Amino acid sequence: MSPAAYLNCFLGILRRELLRFIQQRSRFISSLVRPLLWLVVFAAGFRAALGIAIIPPYETYITYEVYIVPGLIGIIVLFNGMQSSLSMVYDREMGSMKVLLTSPLPRAYLLICKLLSGALVSLFQVYAFLLVARAFEVEPPAIGYLWVLPATLLGALMLGALGLVLSSLIKQLENFAGVMNFVVFPMFFLSSALYPLWKMREANEIIYYICAANPFTHGVGLGIVVADQATGEFRWSNELRRIPDVLFIVSPLPAVENARGQRDHLLYLCSEPLHPRG
Amino acid sequence: MTKAAINVSGVSYYYGSKSALNNISFTLQAGRFVALLGPNGAGKTTLFSLLTRLLQPASGSIELFGFPLHKSPGQALKQVGVVFQQSTLDLDLTVAQNLAYHGALHGLSGRTVKQRMTVELERFELSHRANDKVRELNGGHRRRVEIARALLHQPRLLLLDEATVGLDLESRQSLNRHIRTLCVEENIAVLWTTHLIEELSSEDDTLILNQGNIIARGSSEELLTEHDAPGIAALLIQLTGAKS
Repeated sequence: MSPAAYLNCFLGILRRELLRFIQQRSRFISSLVRPLLWLVVFAAGFRAALGIAIIPPYETYITYEVYIVPGLIGIIVLFNGMQSSLSMVYDREMGSMKVLLTSPLPRAYLLICKLLSGALVSLFQVYAFLLVARAFEVEPPAIGYLWVLPATLLGALMLGALGLVLSSLIKQLENFAGVMNFVVFPMFFLSSALYPLWKMREANEIIYYICAANPFTHGVGLGIVVADQATGEFRWSNELRRIPDVLFIVSPLPAVENARGQRDHLLYLCSEPLHPRG
Repeated sequence: MTKAAINVSGVSYYYGSKSALNNISFTLQAGRFVALLGPNGAGKTTLFSLLTRLLQPASGSIELFGFPLHKSPGQALKQVGVVFQQSTLDLDLTVAQNLAYHGALHGLSGRTVKQRMTVELERFELSHRANDKVRELNGGHRRRVEIARALLHQPRLLLLDEATVGLDLESRQSLNRHIRTLCVEENIAVLWTTHLIEELSSEDDTLILNQGNIIARGSSEELLTEHDAPGIAALLIQLTGAKS
């Protein structure tokens, strides 16, 4: 297979993900409404209580709306990551997964294409949210929109990878809805998306450690640094501090490949319920 | 010498401790039509899953046009078009989008996909439905789309697993004719799994599978003479003990 064939394959998978996303208008609208509700209703209440303050790790005065934006970007990415996995479970039940599995291209490559396509769909939603958020006084400088790209992409890959692991473990679509509740909400609430970690530590030491171990916290942490960079000068100290975040975010990717110690790749695992009995 | 389209050698497969295929071996030459018969639970679908690498054999080897499936899956699968028993079309995409997705998975460029799509949709009289969502098509049309899709990347081997299930008599006969024409005109090898005896002709090369074993192989005519059976249905009952 030539490099062009690999590119065509990626573009085909991306096109399908985009088509499915565009056709499900309610999915797009809810991906915007969800974070906007948090921004407009929840953040406005907190702003009234807290006023404008320095909220570490930010090193300048910010409103709570600004603080919460990386967390809200995180929740868009988290929901989309889980939605992509849901579509894998759906594909498996509907049989379309077989079409993917009988491709002559390597399954590891197909897996990467799936992950990257899901991440790019997330990116599209994040930028749509950031544009709408301008109407609510979240107006980062132009360079901020560029900074957000690599952080979101990394976070989306991590959460997409986690979603894929989940989809390989879940055998039925109905079960997935339950897992969404047990995974998505705990991941969001037990993170630094709504409150900084140091605040959590003041409230409860155990919850603080759980939040610190949550990969979603690290994704949000990277987003916060990015937001901070975009508003201030470039600070290497901050960048270096966030290298562990990046490593933490990337770590599930190889884990996906080695999931459950199987000799083949995740897509093979995803195909398990396809095993016929005839 | 031309390599066999399928060369299955000593293949076994188990679901847990239950054996689904027991050390089976057979070849299918390029450009030949072979009907795979057997009662429910004979192992037909398992064999298909092994031939398409959805499953890995517990032992033995499978070669497609000389390419070992486990060592060179890319080279081997490039030659294969598959129609599964269960529909694998994306209902929310149009016919053209489904075909384009399949083409991309086989590494075809957008231009090639368009050219091939035109040919295949015309062949199956589906050009006017190209922009319709699959959800809007009836069962017969959906099956035709699946076969058109399986042929999009110009495979040399077509695997059809109960491709006519759920279709009315007219659609079944029409599909049957199409596949046989393809076999002759395009020199495509076809492995056709069915349990509908009327889809076979007396000259067809037939492979009978029962409880994971190949119990007979030959042209339907030869098998009927050999086993002194009045028809294929009777032969199948005689050999497998199937009730109907």
